[in-house]
Amino acid sequence: MICTDKSILLKLYFEMLRIRRIEEAIAARYPEQQMRCPVHLSIGQEAIAVGVCKALLQTDQIVSSHRAHAHYLAKGGSLRKMIAEIYGKKTGCCQGWGGSMHLVDLEHGMMGSTPIVGGSIPIGVGLAFAAHLKREPHLTVIFFGEGSTEEGVWAESLNFAALKRLPVLFVCENNLYSVYSPLHVRQPLSRSRLQIARAHGLHVDSGDGNVVEEVLEKSQSAVAHIHSGKGPVYLEFTTYRFREHCGPNFDNHIGYRTHEEAASWETRCPLKRLSHQFDDESIRQQIDDEIIDAFQFALNSPFPEVR
Amino acid sequence: MIRSLKFYEAIREATDQAMAADPSIYVMGLGVPDPKGIFGTTLGLAEKYGSERVLDMPTSENAMTGIAIGTAIGGMRPIMTHQRADFFLLALDQLINNAAKWRTMFAGQMKVPLVIRLIIGRGWGQGPQHSQSLHSLFAHIPGLNVVAPSNPYDAKGLLMSAMTGDDPVIYLEHRWLHGIYGNVPKEVFYVPFGQAKITKTGSDLTIVASSHMTLEAWKAAQLLSQEGIEAEVIDLRSLRPLDESAILQSVCKTGRLIVADDDWKTGGFAAEIIAMVTEKAWCRLKGAPQRVTYPDSITPTSWALSNHYYPGAKEITSLALKMLDRPMRSEALLAEILQQRMLKPLDTPDPSFTGPF
Repeated sequence: MICTDKSILLKLYFEMLRIRRIEEAIAARYPEQQMRCPVHLSIGQEAIAVGVCKALLQTDQIVSSHRAHAHYLAKGGSLRKMIAEIYGKKTGCCQGWGGSMHLVDLEHGMMGSTPIVGGSIPIGVGLAFAAHLKREPHLTVIFFGEGSTEEGVWAESLNFAALKRLPVLFVCENNLYSVYSPLHVRQPLSRSRLQIARAHGLHVDSGDGNVVEEVLEKSQSAVAHIHSGKGPVYLEFTTYRFREHCGPNFDNHIGYRTHEEAASWETRCPLKRLSHQFDDESIRQQIDDEIIDAFQFALNSPFPEVR
Repeated sequence: MIRSLKFYEAIREATDQAMAADPSIYVMGLGVPDPKGIFGTTLGLAEKYGSERVLDMPTSENAMTGIAIGTAIGGMRPIMTHQRADFFLLALDQLINNAAKWRTMFAGQMKVPLVIRLIIGRGWGQGPQHSQSLHSLFAHIPGLNVVAPSNPYDAKGLLMSAMTGDDPVIYLEHRWLHGIYGNVPKEVFYVPFGQAKITKTGSDLTIVASSHMTLEAWKAAQLLSQEGIEAEVIDLRSLRPLDESAILQSVCKTGRLIVADDDWKTGGFAAEIIAMVTEKAWCRLKGAPQRVTYPDSITPTSWALSNHYYPGAKEITSLALKMLDRPMRSEALLAEILQQRMLKPLDTPDPSFTGPF
């Protein structure tokens, strides 16, 4: 059932706005060249991370890909440690070994992110397999882009997850592009990723990844399905990245996608849908205070020393 | 208690003892619970520990390696087997990008206690894709441990260390070693990584080898003894970490070095050892270090070709004689080798030697 509870919707909106403003702050400061690692911003895709993670417990685990900021933050990852990590500081979540593409916060079940396409999918299945072997009650969510579904390891992982009926939720974020390569040059339009997952024996569903309450509802159903012992679930949500694949800028002018396409997705912005209901100055102020604190923390932190 | 066990029995015993002591250890691989039990190394384990801890797996090397890594992060201790190392090439992404890096990449917050047992094939027409050693490739990667036992004692002791360590281990088993005998204590013991073993002492030259080539080096040392030359044989046991000081100490004593390696010459592990020695003990060398390796070509299948492919004890001996100014004896032995290569297939393990050494 689609959530209409105002207090929950406000929480979802707050989480999305928080991620949006954090990433906008990163984008704004990126040209200073103090954040010396690639950043893949989730701006435009916040609803999937927030909606899925709202259906989880702190003890549930997630893994992610190169575009991991939103997942890390939605799962409760420390903002200070994330910003410090992007600045390459000792106080970062990987003490400077990882950077933006390798985020981790074990306390909140963020088990790690990696940028090799599809690379963290079997890791997530393995975490679920460990929980299965140890009779632990938590489940594992694997976030990945639609490009990962072109990797063999995706199908291999679906197969094993279904074979062992593992407590794992596959969440595919289809943002239509792998860097600059559109979906239609990579997959036949008739290729149904849902059908592929279903053929492996998974329960599948799909939805609008820019409608946070829809994401939440489908995630809650998926979580219930998994907890009832019926096996793994594959969810796919469509969405759109507003900025360039890697970096702080907009890149609709360079020619791989049209202004019209970007503009039409802009009208479907996951935040705009709800802002008229929930936006107010005090929320923004609260978020911005936290952001200022995190950047201050990162800038004031020491660099790691060579061992 | 000291008993004689075969190499494959030592692996099975180590696995059994470790599994009995630690319920987080599980064994996974194609054919692990089947009637052959990975050349006998996993026989009986499924019956004893059940199908959750001793399990077969899909033919999905890359994902299954990632899944094993995931379980290791999640608190399990997986042992993964592959009946030929060549198949494991499909999993290099998960091995190199994830297993080797996970611990350091995330600042030591997680560990990856993963053992990958790879069997190197040889003989009876194993051919291009069933015979690759690949240890040079693995040993290149920071974050991995690479071990290659040559005898049953080390097979057990190194596997015990691998199964109780906190980092990924590539454990290489040469197929021609599975039937070798040797003394193995019944109780649990550990052979630490990074400690080479001197298999035979000598003062005239140093022969460095690992895995099956250690047997050939040891046999070469016996042949050289008959010529009045005393070779020191170093069994590396562990390639990464490497026991540099054992090699350097020996070379400083003998001044001459042969590295015998079951691998290709170009960019191989033999080159690494020679580079290390020339960097650190240049002035102690009496002559140029030499390599005994496969030729730089794929492994042929027909015995008529593979007879000429694999170097062994006599090739090492011939090279040592040449280095020690016995060109006539070296040439004579070389002629003998060439003649033997034409006579009959040399594609099964040497029946005259089954250990111990």
